[in-house]
Amino acid sequence: MKPILEIQNVSKSFRILHDNQPYLSLRDSIASIFRRSASSSEIFWALKEISFQVKQGESIGIIGKNGAGKSTLLKILSKITPPTSGKIVVRGRIASLLEVGTGFHPELSGRENVFLNGSILGMKRAEISKKFDEIIDFSGTEKFLDTPLKHYSSGMQLRLAFAVAAFLEPEIMIIDEVLAVGDAEFQRKCIGKMEDVSRSGRTILFVSHDLNAVQTLCSSVIHLEHGQIKASGETASIISGYLNSQSISAEWSASRKKEQPYFEKISIALKGEQPSLKLEIKFRICSPGTMRNSFVAFNIATGSGAMVGQAIPELDPFISIENAEAEFVSEIDLNGFVPGDYMISAWVGPHFNETYDWQKGIAGFTIVDSPQKKRTFPHPPAHGAIVPSSRIIS
Amino acid sequence: MNRTEYEILPEKKFSLGLDELSHFRELIFFFTWRDIKIRYKQTVIGFAWAILQPLLMMFVITFTFGKMMEGKTHLPYPLSIFIGLLLWNVFSSGVTNAGNSMLTNAHIIRKIYFPRLIIPLSSVFGSLFDFLVGLPLLIVMLAWYHFPFHPMNALIGIPSAILLTFLSTFAMGTLLAALTVKYRDFRYIIPFLVQILFFITPVIMPTRIVENNALRFLLSCNPMTSAIELFRCSFNGIWPDPQLLFASISSSLILLVLAFYYFRKTETYFADLA
Repeated sequence: MKPILEIQNVSKSFRILHDNQPYLSLRDSIASIFRRSASSSEIFWALKEISFQVKQGESIGIIGKNGAGKSTLLKILSKITPPTSGKIVVRGRIASLLEVGTGFHPELSGRENVFLNGSILGMKRAEISKKFDEIIDFSGTEKFLDTPLKHYSSGMQLRLAFAVAAFLEPEIMIIDEVLAVGDAEFQRKCIGKMEDVSRSGRTILFVSHDLNAVQTLCSSVIHLEHGQIKASGETASIISGYLNSQSISAEWSASRKKEQPYFEKISIALKGEQPSLKLEIKFRICSPGTMRNSFVAFNIATGSGAMVGQAIPELDPFISIENAEAEFVSEIDLNGFVPGDYMISAWVGPHFNETYDWQKGIAGFTIVDSPQKKRTFPHPPAHGAIVPSSRIIS
Repeated sequence: MNRTEYEILPEKKFSLGLDELSHFRELIFFFTWRDIKIRYKQTVIGFAWAILQPLLMMFVITFTFGKMMEGKTHLPYPLSIFIGLLLWNVFSSGVTNAGNSMLTNAHIIRKIYFPRLIIPLSSVFGSLFDFLVGLPLLIVMLAWYHFPFHPMNALIGIPSAILLTFLSTFAMGTLLAALTVKYRDFRYIIPFLVQILFFITPVIMPTRIVENNALRFLLSCNPMTSAIELFRCSFNGIWPDPQLLFASISSSLILLVLAFYYFRKTETYFADLA
């Protein structure tokens, strides 16, 4: 049997306009008729010569860092944007979920939004009417059917949105990271629903940062890097290869000199591997004048801004530099941190309510591996950013 | 299993895409319905605005130009204006809404595929709905003026007037929608353009009494001129000048072809630009 999806040498380029907005103004266009120079633009290849095939009933995970081209690939497959070159042969009905609740309108009621959203996703009106009760049942919002959506809590809106999507019945389903939201119980429900979908012989293309979800759902994985396929094949081996290729380090430096003691340079790097992952922070403090005995603190927050905690490397010895600068290396144990993006803020001061310098969000790092070996259950954000190590003792 | 095989290629072959549009006809309905619903949500008198707008405008124009125009129209002056305004409002609100529709729906365009033409198309249908709401008032006004009505003229006049209004609104709106995605300048050009067009549309005065040749020429290039004159002829019994009809209808067809071509040519890149 022929593959249900054939992607042949697909590339996509964007022109980056350096000093312009992505859209043109009429003046620019008129001006460019007279002046034929495109000096300020640069071609960026979001995807380069991608080829692969998907057989019917396969569920394929697509992984890669931010900017690797995952979303662009899904957009091309969903016909939202055309490829620059190459060809894709599709042998079935595609439904793409790059977002849940596309087209939801706050002024319309829950009932009306189900019909509007379902229709945007490609369902027929009769089909929506038939499944309407099931959709509402799945979302658990039956009491608010005729309330305008703007009065729904964000969780309820999301549940309603996902419920509509869950009842799509295409042959090929394209899903982008939509599971990264919502409360834990609902996420379990969604993953369960998606497992049903893949078991019923439908084809799934699934993009996610949550490697556990990928592991649970997908039989094979494609690893994208800089718009090209780095590796593809059986899930476990590709994921472990992906994990090894990750070494996050980031560097930050102060943009101007200050009169008080300040951070001049900070660099971070992940060391070791789960479950005993460590974050190494090298920082350089510059003190233009006197400096009282001070200490430093590092705040760690999740990518969405929720505080995880504050690390204060040993208080003794205090840091004290006079008219000089000095470099320090500190280490933070990231015991039990779950996969996800994190941001670091750095603080230095002589007393907890007196600040010399406070640099927020200076560097980020990403953890991709679960702290629990062999864990297949995902790490929903609602369960927090840390899994305390635990065991059954009797 | 019903296998639908298709290819995704860099450049789409040019096609009218009408079969695809008809496949998505339910979506056209839902977008139209959403636009209508939202337009009058949170207003106290709701759909009555669709009647009130042309009615108030009619009073204003009658008050301003009534004396000057006395005896120059075959129909009572307020009725003559109201007939013109009903169609003009479809055009002005349809062009404005359709022109901006790509930007107001940008979040949907970026996330899902459907024929992009659906968006300006349903904006235009939404404006036609206002016309339907205004019709009962037209009947009331006709009754008030003892039914000036010419059934034979109406048989051709009314359907062709509505069709021409729809086509010119759709053409103009679609062209502006595609242009607005690429050049944001059009967000400011559209209201201005609609205002200018109002003055070269025979709402305030019938085309016959325009003596200035340049103005007459502009009037006959305006796609809405034929629509309004044809609509009026159902009530005053006077067929519009065939030369003017020909010029006006041709210009609306040229506009339609141009709009369709430009929209189809640029629509694949809307998601990248919107």
